[in-house]
Formats: sequence, structure tokens, C-alpha cells
Amino acid sequence: MQKYLLRRILYGLLTLFGVSVIIFMVMRILPGDPLVAMFGMEGFMKLSAADRARIMEDLGLSDPLLVQYVGWMRAIASGSLGKSFFRGESVGEIIMHRGPLSAQIGMMSVVISWMVGLPVGIISAFRPNSVSDHVARSVSILFLAIPGFWLAMLIVLALLFWFNYKAPLLVVHVWQDPWMNFQLVIGPAIVLGLGQGAYIARMSRSCLLEVIREDYVRTARAKGVIEWLVVIRHALPNALLPVITLSGILMGFVLGGSVAIEQAFGVPGLGRTLVTAVIERDIIVVQNLVFLYGVIFILINVMVDLSYAWLDPRIRYQ
Amino acid sequence: MKQQGNLQSIVSSTESVTEVRRRRWATGTLGTLVRHNPTAVGGGIVGLLIVFLALTAPLIAPYDPLKADFRRMAKSPDTHNYFGTDQIGRDTMSRVIYGARSSLVVSFGAVLLGTTVGSLWGLASGYLGGKFDITSQRIMEILQAFPDLILAMAISMAIGTGMRAVIVAIAVTRIPFGGRVIRSVALTVKELAYVEAGRSVGASQFRIMGLHIFPQCLAPYLVLATTHLGVAIIIEAALGFLGVGIPPPTPTWGNMLADSLTSLVPHWWLVFFPGLAITVTVLAFNLLGDGIRDTLDPRLRGSIGSRG
Repeated sequence: MQKYLLRRILYGLLTLFGVSVIIFMVMRILPGDPLVAMFGMEGFMKLSAADRARIMEDLGLSDPLLVQYVGWMRAIASGSLGKSFFRGESVGEIIMHRGPLSAQIGMMSVVISWMVGLPVGIISAFRPNSVSDHVARSVSILFLAIPGFWLAMLIVLALLFWFNYKAPLLVVHVWQDPWMNFQLVIGPAIVLGLGQGAYIARMSRSCLLEVIREDYVRTARAKGVIEWLVVIRHALPNALLPVITLSGILMGFVLGGSVAIEQAFGVPGLGRTLVTAVIERDIIVVQNLVFLYGVIFILINVMVDLSYAWLDPRIRYQ
Repeated sequence: MKQQGNLQSIVSSTESVTEVRRRRWATGTLGTLVRHNPTAVGGGIVGLLIVFLALTAPLIAPYDPLKADFRRMAKSPDTHNYFGTDQIGRDTMSRVIYGARSSLVVSFGAVLLGTTVGSLWGLASGYLGGKFDITSQRIMEILQAFPDLILAMAISMAIGTGMRAVIVAIAVTRIPFGGRVIRSVALTVKELAYVEAGRSVGASQFRIMGLHIFPQCLAPYLVLATTHLGVAIIIEAALGFLGVGIPPPTPTWGNMLADSLTSLVPHWWLVFFPGLAITVTVLAFNLLGDGIRDTLDPRLRGSIGSRG
């Protein structure tokens, strides 16, 4: 068991290293001068050779790649993560300021997805091929096809129409003004939660249907347990494991989706910062934020794998 | 497999094998599809319709999608412009129809490229095994450690905007899916007796991979490709919406949605119709993909073919 834990964490670290190398390569080695990327072709042409050299030196982009990579790792270790090209803030400050908002959205969306997806899945599996099952499945298939950011835009449109909604511009933390903060994060959380909920509903339905066929469920029925207790108490715990894994995999959906959804709602979270940085070609910010998203995704998946051992004694005693 | 053998031996006395095969294809695969999966057929028909719209866009679109008309700016839907016009008077309906072109070219291109590269890689790594397999596995894991949209954003930022860049960016995010599924197929198939027979008569590794293992991978490959079309369309739209996709003035559903945000209060028709086009297209391809998966490879049913 301990060996399994250790190996899983080791693989996680290895993947993390690979992720950092890939980001670094994508940002440096791929065609195109970073100055062209920053200033555009015309702006680049206007710069004198001396200016170019000076700016490259300032950015630390004229060092050998290995030196740059080690420098980046050092910046990560120190927590500052390097400076934005266009803003005075260090990337570490940006993350501390805007990260909590995105983290709130992500966590709330996971809670919402379980609150919506699981009951829908249970209702579906409870009476397969009934009217309620068909409705639940159709709705979840529809939600798999609706792009989250479009749903977000429609909600904003409706809010504008009925409530004179204004896009929030300032970051409001929960410790500053809980109610304002709630208004800021609830929209993106609901949209993201519904998107994940559709996957959760589908998965929990099919897993429940598989478990319900097993002997011990028949035994429970035979000894006279009421049907809903059979489903909730006997079948559900065993059906949940794959759903938990799915929820971990869906973190990719949450992290990626939140970028577009924050943009649609105009919420000033990390996702919006990333979009702005990509458009401004602020390489240092993009590099660090993409790495952060990778780190979070890997961490969550390692945690999901480890929670397996805790939830399922069959794995624990291997 | 066994059933097929029996069936052939029974009927081969009266019919040639090819005839039986042809009939089995017609009544078997297609017939089952229509009977058991009408939604998949519906999805297929809608999907074909959208492909048709994209191909014949110049004939069908009522106006030039790029032509601004300053007398009719930001008009709501009426009898002149069924979907209304945008801030500089371009016809939204024509732009939505032309948008299907970029969306389909990018999603088909990206899925074809990504799934093919991933599948060939998975086939080789599953069959060859050893160090090559272990390294490949790690690389796929690393690629999968990025959220799809974020990886696509970073890549398209690095290699520049434009259709080709977007296709490559989305394709890279599809590689690990093909790699994993086809690798597992290759792992099972290479243990089968006929592959061993091939090896024992001295066939080269290349020949075994190409002639013996590759055909077994075709069905899962087709399933993978269709189930990932919908995701590719959504990523393309999201990239366009975030301003890192195909740049304007080329109309894409994503950059149309981004354009709608440039006015202080967005006009509902500029938000509604492009998004509806995305939803209908993704829904159609998802239904088709699910149907093809259930028919060709029911084993894949439990696995998630897609994530946003």
C-alpha cells in the first residue's frame, strides 16, 4: 500500500517536471521572436537593434535556455514567479489576488455538479427507460452540447434585461464583502456545475445500473428492503467510485472551462488574467499560469487516486 | 467473431462470401443503427445537413458575410435579415452559415490529425512495448495533465493565429486519447494466435503492425474520431471567443460571439444564433458518435470519450 502511494506521488512529480519542460519549450523554442510576439511585426521593425538587445536582456530572454529554465524554477521556489511584462505586479501577487476567486468558482461548481448530477443519475437508474429517465438523459445530453461560455452569455443577457446587471470590475474577496463576493462567483459556478453535472448524471446512472444487477443487491431486495433504501444504502456506495474518478478528470473541464466562462461573465479571476496575458503575449504570466493549472490538475488527480485506497478496502489490503 | 464464422459457413453454400458480407453490412450494421438508435441517425442527418450548408455556403447565404451595410446596423431579426445584422450591418444568418465552414474544417482537421497521430503512436507503443512504450506513456500523461482549452490556448499563442495554427493546437490535445485507446487494443491483439503465427513465419514487425494489428484498430479509431468531433468544435469556438482562434474578419461562431460583446449592451440575436449553431452541431455529432460507438464497439460505452 505504502509502495503504491509512493509510486503514485513519484509519477506525479515526474509528470510535473515534464509539464514544466513542455510549457517552457512551447513558450521559447517555437518559431517567432518573443519581441515580434510582444510588439507585433510593425512595432518590432521600428525598434533599433540596440533596443531589441536591451529589452531582451531586461526580460532575461537572452540567456541560454538552460539558464532561463533554472531561473524560472528558482523564481517558482521563491514564490515570486517572475514579473509581468506589462504590469508592475509579480505573477505571484496576481495569483494571490485573483486566485481565490477562481478557486471559489471551481470548488462551488464541483459541489453543484454533485448536487445536481447525482440525484438525476439516481432517478434515471431507479426506473430505467421510464419517462423521468428519458427526460433526465435528454437534458444531460443537451447540456453536454451547450458550450458553457454561451450559456454564461445568455444568463448575463437575461440579467441585463431584467435586473440591469453590470459586469463586475473589481475583485471582492469573501472576507471583504461576502454578499458581493457571492454575487461574483455564483453565476460561473452554476454554469460550470451544470456542465459537469451532465457528465456526473450519465456516469452515475450507468454505474448504478451495473451494480444493481449484482447478487448482493438482489439479496437486499429479497429480504424485503424498500426499493429506495436498496438503491441509496446498498447500490450507491459501490457505484460511486468511478464517479469520483470522473469528477477528478472533469477538473480539466473546470479549469479550462472557467477561463472562457469567467470571460463571459466578466469576472476578474485567474482565467480572465490568462486570456488577457495570452492576447497581450505576456510570456512570463502565461507560462506561470499554465503551469499552475497543470499543477492543480495533477494534484487533484493524485488525490483522487489516493482517495480510492481510502474508500475501497479491496485496494487498501492488496 | 465466432458468430460471424458460423453464419458464413452455413450460408456460403448458396451465396458467395462477399455477398453475405455486403448483406451483413446493410442489414447488420446500418440496419441495427436505424432500428436501435434513431437518435444517432437523426444526429447523422443533421450533421450531414450542416456539412452540406458549409459546402454550399456561397449559394445558400442570402448576403455576403463580409459586406458591411451602414444603413442597416444592429437591426433585430426581420424579413430582410432573418437573424438580424451586427454592429456594422453584416447579415448574421450569412455569417452563421459561413461560420460552419471554419468550424467544420478546424474540427475535422484537428480530430483527423490528432487521432491519427495518437493512434499510430499508440499502436507502435503497444506492440513494441519496452522502453519506447514506457516513454510514450509518460509523454501522453504529460499531455493529458493540461486542461484541453488551456493547452490549445498556449500552443496557438506560440505558433500564431490562423486556421492552421488552431488545427494543430486542438490536434495536440487529442493525441493522448488516441494513444491510450489504440495502445490497449494493440496490447490485446498482439497476444492473439494469428499474430503469433505471423511472427513465427518471420514476418517483420512493420508488416505485423501494418497488416495484422492495424485492421483491428480501425473500428475503435472511427469511434474515437467521431466522439471527439463535438469537443473539437467547442474548443474551436472557445478559442475564437477568447480571441486566440481564427482572427476576424473571417466569420467563425466563436469570434462572432466575441464580437457581440463589443457593444455596451449585447444584442440578443448576435449572442443567440451563433451559440445555437454551435449547440446544434455539437449535439448532432455527439449523438452520431454515441451511436457509432454503441454499434461498433460497445466495450467503449462506459469510458468517457470526451471532456470539455
